[in-house]
Amino acid sequence: MEYFSIIISAIFVNNIVLTQFLGICPFLGVSNKVETALGMGGAVLFVMTLSTIVTYLVQNYILVPLNIGYLQTITYILVIAALVQMVEIILKKVSPALYQALGVFLPLITTNCTILGVAILVIQKEYNLIESVLFAISNACGFALALIIFSGLRENLDLVEIPEALKGVPIALIIAGLLSLAFMGFAGIV
Amino acid sequence: MANKESTFINMVATLFIVTFISSAAVGYVYEATKEPIAQARLEKKTIAIRAVVPDFDNKPIDETYTINSNVGPLSCYPAKQGGQLVGTAIEAITNKGFGGTVKLMVGLLPNGVIKDIAVLEHKETPGLGDKMDKSKSDFSIQFNGKDPSKMKLTVSKDGGDINAITAATISSRAFCDAVQTAYTSYMKEGKQ
Amino acid sequence: MNQWDNFKKGFLKENPVFVLLLGLCPTLGVTTSALNGLAMGLATAFVLVMSNSVISLIKNLIPSKVRIPSFIVVIASFVTIVDLVMAGYAPALHAKLGLFIPLIVVNCIVLGRAEGFASKNNLLSSLIDGASMGLGFAFALTILGGIRELLGGGAFFGHKFITGDGILIFVLAPGAFIVLGYLIAIVNIINKSKAKAHCSTD
Repeated sequence: MEYFSIIISAIFVNNIVLTQFLGICPFLGVSNKVETALGMGGAVLFVMTLSTIVTYLVQNYILVPLNIGYLQTITYILVIAALVQMVEIILKKVSPALYQALGVFLPLITTNCTILGVAILVIQKEYNLIESVLFAISNACGFALALIIFSGLRENLDLVEIPEALKGVPIALIIAGLLSLAFMGFAGIV
Repeated sequence: MANKESTFINMVATLFIVTFISSAAVGYVYEATKEPIAQARLEKKTIAIRAVVPDFDNKPIDETYTINSNVGPLSCYPAKQGGQLVGTAIEAITNKGFGGTVKLMVGLLPNGVIKDIAVLEHKETPGLGDKMDKSKSDFSIQFNGKDPSKMKLTVSKDGGDINAITAATISSRAFCDAVQTAYTSYMKEGKQ
Repeated sequence: MNQWDNFKKGFLKENPVFVLLLGLCPTLGVTTSALNGLAMGLATAFVLVMSNSVISLIKNLIPSKVRIPSFIVVIASFVTIVDLVMAGYAPALHAKLGLFIPLIVVNCIVLGRAEGFASKNNLLSSLIDGASMGLGFAFALTILGGIRELLGGGAFFGHKFITGDGILIFVLAPGAFIVLGYLIAIVNIINKSKAKAHCSTD
């Protein structure tokens, strides 16, 4: 039940993009087509899960025992940057097909604040390793879900007439607002 | 531009030096701010304790003890006047809030009557759930002077005696939950 | 480059939020009130000025292949410093901004200016660029926070002047998106009409 509530809360109730405001840049940047949204979602799922595991271990087996918790931000961002690079190199060698699908999104992920955000959040929420992994996967799914819904809406936007000044990002933001309003309906489930 | 060459040694050395200087700088600031941060935390706690129990002349934080509850150990700060217990501030916590964890400081008189309640930490929605804070609405004041053994500490929607914050039932429930937990645990084993 | 132009570009012409669309996460996340927006903006401005300055000083000492990691370390250090100082001296504000302070590290503006400007320009230009972008960011966040606070709570910088509730939706998440959308549209119109006026006088 505890696990279930983590999943539902992360995907719907506290959707990382629409209510926590993390990962807005890729949310607006790569949501023009459903296809790219899927790719980005996949890449985030992959990196977020891995990075959360690694940063969790770093926190509990290096930073805490050495009493240097204040280096958290520096350490995490380096670990994430290095991890993204490694994933890119390994993926290129091991699975060219997957690399083709996710490769272009990987460099963008280092500065995707959802990754660092989730890594810090699991520490703040004092989750154990299993809960942390679950939290990371659920948040990545929530991110992908928001991205995919949004890209579907934006594909349709090309077909309608919009006032000149609202074209592009402004209308996208307003739609994101309405989508966020819709997600508020999930409030109170958990 | 006279950029250095990207040889292996150059790269490793540069990264090492940059990281070393940065950590040293951050470490220095950490040491320098350690005291103020601890002070700020302590002050926040002291102010909260002072707000929820009757006047006291001891140092409640120095006499902290913990009691068990169904959400883990809770810290209690006994307030004494002339060696006589006049009230206890209990740091209550619940994770049933709308935005997650809600931390309260619940002040109980020795007979279990609620003296006052202060909000220590919450992530509730601004304009709705954050009205649990005394500065935002009168919600928390309705608890003052009540004896939890003679009433139901739940919102009226659930058949209790507490008027919930409008449009923030979840936050109100969480608040009641934290107070109830603090009260139950204190009555069970909290009295020293 | 004219340093005055360099300085004022961050406010409207190249405003990081309204025009460059960078750093939108904290922009949307913390702007439930004007004060929060201002505080977040100033924290980011400090990091921008410091990291821009340091990076323009050390740019020639760093091999190009490890440029980005080195920049990130420099930025992360200043972010941690801001984080610690705020926790010590402004605990209430620190608690409100919460997660978004460490996340300044991944704010695209900071790395973007480091990589795009400071690594190519001298100390003075980089410092002014950092100040310009940082204050432009703070400016945008304060306006957004101010509007949301005004519509959502009937208050400005914490001074309440209507009784009762405002239009709550503006303080909640959807309001952030919607207000920012309209603000960007307005800035678009201003910048376009300026460009037009400029063309016709030529």
